[in-house]
Amino acid sequence: MTSDGSTPQTADMPSDELLDPQSSPIRRQTPGPAAAAADGSAKRQAASGKQAHSVHLEKLRAFYGTAEQVKGIDLDFHANQVTAIIGPSGCGKSTMIRCINRMHEEIPGAHAEGRVLLDDANIYDSGVDIVAVRRAIGMIFQKPNPFPTMSIFDNVAAGLRLSGVGRGDLHGKVEAALRGAGIWDEVKDRLGQPGIGLSGGQQQRVCIARSLAVDPEVLLMDEPCSALDPIATLKIEELIDELKQRVTIVIVTHNMQQAARVADRTAFMLSGDLVEVGPTQQIFTNPSDQRTEEYVTGKFG
Amino acid sequence: MSTPAAAPSSVLTAFAPSPARRRRDRRARAMIAGFTALALVPLVLIVYYLLEKGLSSWSGSFFTSDPTGASFFKNVSIGGIKSAILGTIEMVAIASLIAVPIGIGVAIWLVEYGRKSMFANIVRFFVDVLTGVPSIVFGLFIYITLVVTDLLGRGLAGYKGSFALTLLMLPVVIRSSEVILSLVPNSLRESALALGAPRWKVIFRIVLPTAIPGMVTGVLLAIARAAGETAPLLFTVGGANATTFSPGSQMNALPLQIYNDILSPTTSVINRAWGAALTLVVMILVLNLIARLISRRSRLA
Repeated sequence: MTSDGSTPQTADMPSDELLDPQSSPIRRQTPGPAAAAADGSAKRQAASGKQAHSVHLEKLRAFYGTAEQVKGIDLDFHANQVTAIIGPSGCGKSTMIRCINRMHEEIPGAHAEGRVLLDDANIYDSGVDIVAVRRAIGMIFQKPNPFPTMSIFDNVAAGLRLSGVGRGDLHGKVEAALRGAGIWDEVKDRLGQPGIGLSGGQQQRVCIARSLAVDPEVLLMDEPCSALDPIATLKIEELIDELKQRVTIVIVTHNMQQAARVADRTAFMLSGDLVEVGPTQQIFTNPSDQRTEEYVTGKFG
Repeated sequence: MSTPAAAPSSVLTAFAPSPARRRRDRRARAMIAGFTALALVPLVLIVYYLLEKGLSSWSGSFFTSDPTGASFFKNVSIGGIKSAILGTIEMVAIASLIAVPIGIGVAIWLVEYGRKSMFANIVRFFVDVLTGVPSIVFGLFIYITLVVTDLLGRGLAGYKGSFALTLLMLPVVIRSSEVILSLVPNSLRESALALGAPRWKVIFRIVLPTAIPGMVTGVLLAIARAAGETAPLLFTVGGANATTFSPGSQMNALPLQIYNDILSPTTSVINRAWGAALTLVVMILVLNLIARLISRRSRLA
């Protein structure tokens, strides 16, 4: 936390850092001056990078009604790294990352237990503003879903307007976000056209720009390429590599080659449990668990 | 199907239907066509008589003069239907102004907040029951609550008719809006929430704009239905000859005019009923056409 103006003031608030509005991104209602300045140029940001936040799961359990889908996971997502979650269908990958920005509880009857720490702040603490959590931890979904009633520009500006932080240089922020998502040159002449008129890959990058516009610390990606063709997938993967300069990325993927290409670390899940996590290279070449080896070598799943 | 004699083993001959099956097919087709024709007979006759009898009574003064109340005197004009047209428009407008916001509000609550809760299901059940209630019951209800008691003003009044029409429209507006709102893809709500938008903003900025073309269709159909109702007005509005814009007094309406005129023994008065009926049908047709045009522009299924 050096460049975003949210250095913890532990000297003032040694006992409960959570309640200090300046100390934690999920408490921050308006970006600090340094963060606002950083919004100005995504290019400069990408070049210089910024220290994003890490995420730690502690005994995270997720339920649908009484069915336990995620069964007590402890897992670290390192700052400015890409962590891939792999595992067979229904193993709880998506449920798990939906707990990281509290989207899981949007499903009727669903709830989560345990702790999810963004740096030191538990996002499940009772005093935490759920809206601020989601502003700090963005999410990209399986199917590209630009807002159908809005133009490309309005789509990217939507996050700023909807979360009420959009005052000021809206155009500059939208351009920076679109550049950050690597799609500025493709859409700069048609910003007023509807977002749903773009190709699937372009739509997904507009959605990524939409998430970047609110300047998140963490980006969760739930199989972001599963609806895209290989060329669009390649572009997104290149983008992920650039984005980790500014954000911490967690990506759920069914595609093990994709995990191998983009991820610094890879976690393997099986029926709600975390089997193994480690450097991607090690998970794919020399896993320590028998089940991981069977999965990555294609024996099941 | 002409089968070349030289190719008995052709695949096409193997798939040719047997004569018995062709006969059954012809019989079934004839039956279906017959029923369709039968169903069309009354529809065509209604349109034919409406045009034949109604058009003959249409004239410039038919739309610009109030009914005089005269019917027996050869040399006294019976007048037109101006007060009936204006009365219908005014009462339906008042009813819509009450029913549409409330109805859409209930639909939003059901879809976005109530969801599958016990209370929401009870609300849905009662709305369904209301949909099936005969329209005269709504008239009777207003009669015993507002007319007999002289609550909110004495006796019969236009706005009391509007209240009866409101009750009639509410379940239609609620149900049609609920269906349209639940067609809005959940992924749109989720991605807006994941951007850090508060729920009410998601509803007003994302869900409603997407759903509005579809909801307008349902609202217009509810309005069309209310415009054609006679029974709710009989004991609530009373009827009048002169044009009045004061909803506190008795008013005229197209269905009331038709109802009163066909009870008359005088041919010219009965013809006026046909003219009024044609006017009403054309008004409702226009509303339906507008509804179709708008629903064609809808972005939902």
